[in-house]
Amino acid sequence: MKRSNRPIFWSLFGAGGMLSALVGPMLIFITGVAVPLGFLLPRDTLSYERMLAFAQNGFGKVVILAVIGLFLFHGLHRIYHCLHELGLRLGHGWMAVFHGLAAVGTLVTAYLLVAIG
Amino acid sequence: MKTYMRTMNGWWRRNPFYLWYTLREWSAFFLTAYALVLLFGLARLAQGEAQYEAWRASLATPAAVVFHVAAMLIVLYHAWTWFKVMHKTLPFVRIAGHRVPDGAIFAAGIVSSLVLSLLLLWGLA
Amino acid sequence: MNGKANSTIAIECLRYDPQADETPRYQTYEIPFTDEMSVLEGLQYIKDHLDGSLTFRWSCRMAICGSCGGMVNGVPRLSCETFLRDYYPEGLRLEPLTHFPIQRDLAVDQTDFLVKLRSIKPYIIPEAPKPVSEGTFLQTPQQLDEYYQYSQCINCLLCYAACPQYGLDREFTGPGALALLHRYNADSRDAGKAERMGLVNADEGVWGCTLVSYCSEVCPKGVDPARAVNQNKVESTKDYFMRFVAPRRNR
Repeated sequence: MKRSNRPIFWSLFGAGGMLSALVGPMLIFITGVAVPLGFLLPRDTLSYERMLAFAQNGFGKVVILAVIGLFLFHGLHRIYHCLHELGLRLGHGWMAVFHGLAAVGTLVTAYLLVAIG
Repeated sequence: MKTYMRTMNGWWRRNPFYLWYTLREWSAFFLTAYALVLLFGLARLAQGEAQYEAWRASLATPAAVVFHVAAMLIVLYHAWTWFKVMHKTLPFVRIAGHRVPDGAIFAAGIVSSLVLSLLLLWGLA
Repeated sequence: MNGKANSTIAIECLRYDPQADETPRYQTYEIPFTDEMSVLEGLQYIKDHLDGSLTFRWSCRMAICGSCGGMVNGVPRLSCETFLRDYYPEGLRLEPLTHFPIQRDLAVDQTDFLVKLRSIKPYIIPEAPKPVSEGTFLQTPQQLDEYYQYSQCINCLLCYAACPQYGLDREFTGPGALALLHRYNADSRDAGKAERMGLVNADEGVWGCTLVSYCSEVCPKGVDPARAVNQNKVESTKDYFMRFVAPRRNR
């Protein structure tokens, strides 16, 4: 039988799954609920000045790239399976397409992080 | 020899176990959407203050908050189930010859998540 | 619980006669019920007293032969280990194992599994031939523990009926065969891991699994095939990347 390239995809899926399992819910809570509503955290936590400083900082760039990139790899990998499970006859080659989309998202993120300075 | 093959249509509805599995898998749509929200915010950040502030204001709309609450809950379910099955991917873990129970591996994951999440919240407050 | 005289219970069975039926139909039988009856005993009553044409597999009556697997109210179960009292008084519906072609009534065509079982080389492949004169293999309790649960498989196919990935893609090697593959790889007497890796590494191998884990839920022997399969995802990943670092002959 032909060797699968799944290990590459699975590693990315796993890394994203672990990261999102560890801090996903809290991140969503902070950026999507707490800060916009000023609940438990002040509204200016995500202010332009603070976010720009974070994105321009080396550590901040790594965090942003890791979060967006790995969440995309994990999510799109699983979305492939969701569609397959609905009955769509997507062959094994389609996994590369979904990961390709995640790679595009990651590259755009990297480009933006470089552009931000 | 003539045989009969049954359909897989609607298989996920046939058993509560499959329904919960499908919910777990569909958390991916919300996680991907959230990543795209962040990516969009980053793009707005790169464009300038006015554009970024407009994006930030959109996060406070009822629709955005409802989406994020839903996303948070379903990603929480992903986290729970992730740690629940984590032991299946690991070889038997042994300490001093005794096998570490699967429940301990689950607990370690949950505790790690709680600690990191609370540190994140506390660090920003 | 009822052991009262004259209690009855309704068993609805899927019926399919390949020579007479285009599609399966259902037939309900009302049988006398007592607390200690298994579903298998219910089926045997039907066959002995009500309808000799009802076809179903069984043998040991004690959950070791793996013959009597079927769907009880949509859940994969061994009929010898499932009791009518748990479905009393509303009754139950019996169907053959899902994801397998129906041969007749409650009997399915198991050929696909048998082919896959053979393909994983389900036997010890020792490092070197060991003649009887050299004595037995020695194993510590810990070495036994590494593979023992996987050796309990009775080939009942409940895990295949449980696995939606197998249902969606019949090319998938499936939980049972992959668990048995791991049973041999994990056995200290075996040195055949390299020979089995080709199957592990394929899309139809471990990569067909998405950790639904219903297989492990329904396994009557505690094999935990989900674990066996997913251990090998790590192995397969290591193998994938290690071939650049330390190529071996048949990587």
